[in-house]
Amino acid sequence: MGEILLLAFLFLIAGVIAVPIASRLGLGSVLGYLIAGIAISPLLKQLHVDVVSIQHFAEFGVVMMLFLVGLELEPRLLWNMRNRLLGLGGLQVVVTTAIIMAAAIALGQPWSVAMAVGMVLALSSTAIVLQTLNEKGLMKSDGGQASFSVLLFQDIAVIPMLAFIPLLALPELADMVNSEAGDGHAAGMSFVAHLTAWQQVAVTIAAIAAVVVGGSYLTRPIFRFIAMAKLRELFTAVALMMVIGIALLMTLVGLSPALGTFLAGVVLANSEYRHELESDIEPFKGLLLGLFFITVGAAINFTLLTANFGQIIALTLGLILIKSLVLLLLAYVFKVASSDRWLFTLGLAQAGEFGFVLLTFTVASSVIPTALADKLLLVVTLSMLLTPALFILYDKVIVPRYAGAQARKADEIDEDGSIIIAGVGRFGGVINRILLAAGYKTVVLDHNSEHLERLRAFDIKVFFGDATRPDLLHAAGIDNARMLIIAIDDGEQATQLVRYVVKHHPHIYIVARAVDRHHVYELWAAGCRDIIREHFDSSVRAARSALEALGHHPFDAERQTRGYVENDKSAMRELADLYDPDVPVHENSAYVERTKAILASHEGAMQGSTKGFASRVERGWVPPSLDDEAAAIAENAANDD
Amino acid sequence: MAKLIVYYAHPGHKHSHANKAMVAEARTVDGISFVDLYAEYPRFEIDIDREQQRLLDHDVILFQFPMFWYSTPSLIKEWQDLVLEHGFAYGAGGNKLAGKYLMLAVTAAGQEDAYTANGYQKHPIRTFLTPLEQTARLCHMHFLAPYVLYGSLRATREGLVEPHASGYRMLLEAIRDDRFDLQSAERGEVLCCDDLPILEEA
Repeated sequence: MGEILLLAFLFLIAGVIAVPIASRLGLGSVLGYLIAGIAISPLLKQLHVDVVSIQHFAEFGVVMMLFLVGLELEPRLLWNMRNRLLGLGGLQVVVTTAIIMAAAIALGQPWSVAMAVGMVLALSSTAIVLQTLNEKGLMKSDGGQASFSVLLFQDIAVIPMLAFIPLLALPELADMVNSEAGDGHAAGMSFVAHLTAWQQVAVTIAAIAAVVVGGSYLTRPIFRFIAMAKLRELFTAVALMMVIGIALLMTLVGLSPALGTFLAGVVLANSEYRHELESDIEPFKGLLLGLFFITVGAAINFTLLTANFGQIIALTLGLILIKSLVLLLLAYVFKVASSDRWLFTLGLAQAGEFGFVLLTFTVASSVIPTALADKLLLVVTLSMLLTPALFILYDKVIVPRYAGAQARKADEIDEDGSIIIAGVGRFGGVINRILLAAGYKTVVLDHNSEHLERLRAFDIKVFFGDATRPDLLHAAGIDNARMLIIAIDDGEQATQLVRYVVKHHPHIYIVARAVDRHHVYELWAAGCRDIIREHFDSSVRAARSALEALGHHPFDAERQTRGYVENDKSAMRELADLYDPDVPVHENSAYVERTKAILASHEGAMQGSTKGFASRVERGWVPPSLDDEAAAIAENAANDD
Repeated sequence: MAKLIVYYAHPGHKHSHANKAMVAEARTVDGISFVDLYAEYPRFEIDIDREQQRLLDHDVILFQFPMFWYSTPSLIKEWQDLVLEHGFAYGAGGNKLAGKYLMLAVTAAGQEDAYTANGYQKHPIRTFLTPLEQTARLCHMHFLAPYVLYGSLRATREGLVEPHASGYRMLLEAIRDDRFDLQSAERGEVLCCDDLPILEEA
């Protein structure tokens, strides 16, 4: 127990110190974690910690990341990507493998070893690249999309590679094979190993079908069941259960867990629980990926590195050069736009965590000798360590040269800004329908599962979640939103939400629903400037109806009520400035005095002693008196003379 | 029997004397349609389809209103802008109102002599009504001489409201019963309560 706590504390403190410093210096969080890992590696060695097994555990962060990526990607978008996925991704893997293989043969390796090395090094680091792209907000850019296509293809390609590598086994190494059973990907606990090929295919298809069908039809009832308990942590538990369950299923049938959860994410991308899942999994993903990067840094074998320094540095740089050239060529062929071409080229030039997986597996399968594998491990690690530097190169050198293109991109994001509606009961529902009819994109959040049920019957898209939670607002896209409409019932929560958004997202326009007069003042004090009282308009209309029924001319009734509204609004506006949320109303003397004065003026108007709001109503269309008219005519006559 | 519709528009109906008296008479005339525009559209949300159907259903369209700033009250302008659509009232295929009659019944605060070249309004009242006259022309309608009450503010004191209102009633009934001399009204300049072109027999 004590050891686990010590280890956890060590990893956490290293990350907490190194990452903010790295971010401040503009190096990005990934490099921060890597440096933290290097910094604590001597300590870990002292404590005899098995860094590699921690790394395998932390690789689960990649699985979670792909789940999250899937959630962002609707099936339609995935289908649109198919050409790039197969063309760009396929060519990258095949061409890079071939060139690295040729280079390895030139360096004197047998063809089978060279081929295995080619496959190991052709893969890039999904963890580093996606994390960095997300951090920089480049995921939706052309380069980001192209990068993602390649990474996704690589992830799929790992599966046939795992099947193919044992065929390359060297007879002289086979004798030395120990009983160590690969890793997670190699499926130590495979369920399908003893089945025939056809049965394996059938089981694989069944597993994928289970993920798709389960994701489509089971999520909803499960979440509805969970929502009854009204416990926040249960959602997190269910989200984790889903991701781990799918990963387990995929491992059992010999598929990539990352691929499986990605698929599940895509299936759930249209679900109303998408943002809830996203905000639940996000922190786990972040922590596990951080841990993964730390272990990459900590696993560097410095003894081996110093002994072969020149050779390993040369190999690393050679690898990055080869990969960059292939990527640049493909970027031209597939017409990736301007500066994005370089993002794509420099971003994917490293080897990745799947390289670790394959290396362990190749050693276990007697394909690559251990001594070579250890060196390659260093090459992979160093290339990952250099990736943040390449991203900095992109930011500082490439982007400024394409400054014009960047400005256009910012505009596009601006246009993309959606409108978030919090609460979709009777109040928010009307707002949503009107905005949708006007052609705006809305993201609707509600944490009442009955509302969700009712709205789904009408094909209205709503996401489950409590809009007052900052993480959920983030998942719903508050960073790019242009407007937030707060239509939730709970006044206190609405005020808190206004306070939070005004503070953290001052650019967002807020329209808020107020419960009553005092709530209007609360919202005003919290910083909202567009406040709608929930029952005000309907009571005004009821009053107008009453006046009409009492025989007032409809146009007079309209103007009478309009006058009341204007008067009430200006009185509220005055009082809002005097209102102080920290002082009870009856102790706020300025507020009390002003209220008395306004009330007196209203009463006077009713008794006919002052004009009050009646003056707003009666001013128009009152004919001049006969004397006034005579004077005007006289004046006209005088002017004529 | 000509089908007649009266559109009345006065945003300050309760302050009015002459128009109020005229409305009281018009409302008691059977067999015609009477519409208080400000009562039907207090929020200016004019129902275009319904108004166009009303126009199709009637032969004579009469607008009754007080002159405001040498024009109509604003709701009538809104009504014109929306209801007299291209393709319906004018322009390509816009002949749905062809052959119908447009008439105005207006009250003006100025005295009759103000509406002369030497008066302070400088022009005869028909000059200020030319936009409506031309509107009728563009819609292929006949424009009849307007029924006018001058000096409407002092008309009550001078005992002019009552004869104007009962003249209005006779005018509406005559149009309804085809006893109104439309040809002569179309040629006329301005109609007053004592010189209405009403025939004995239809």
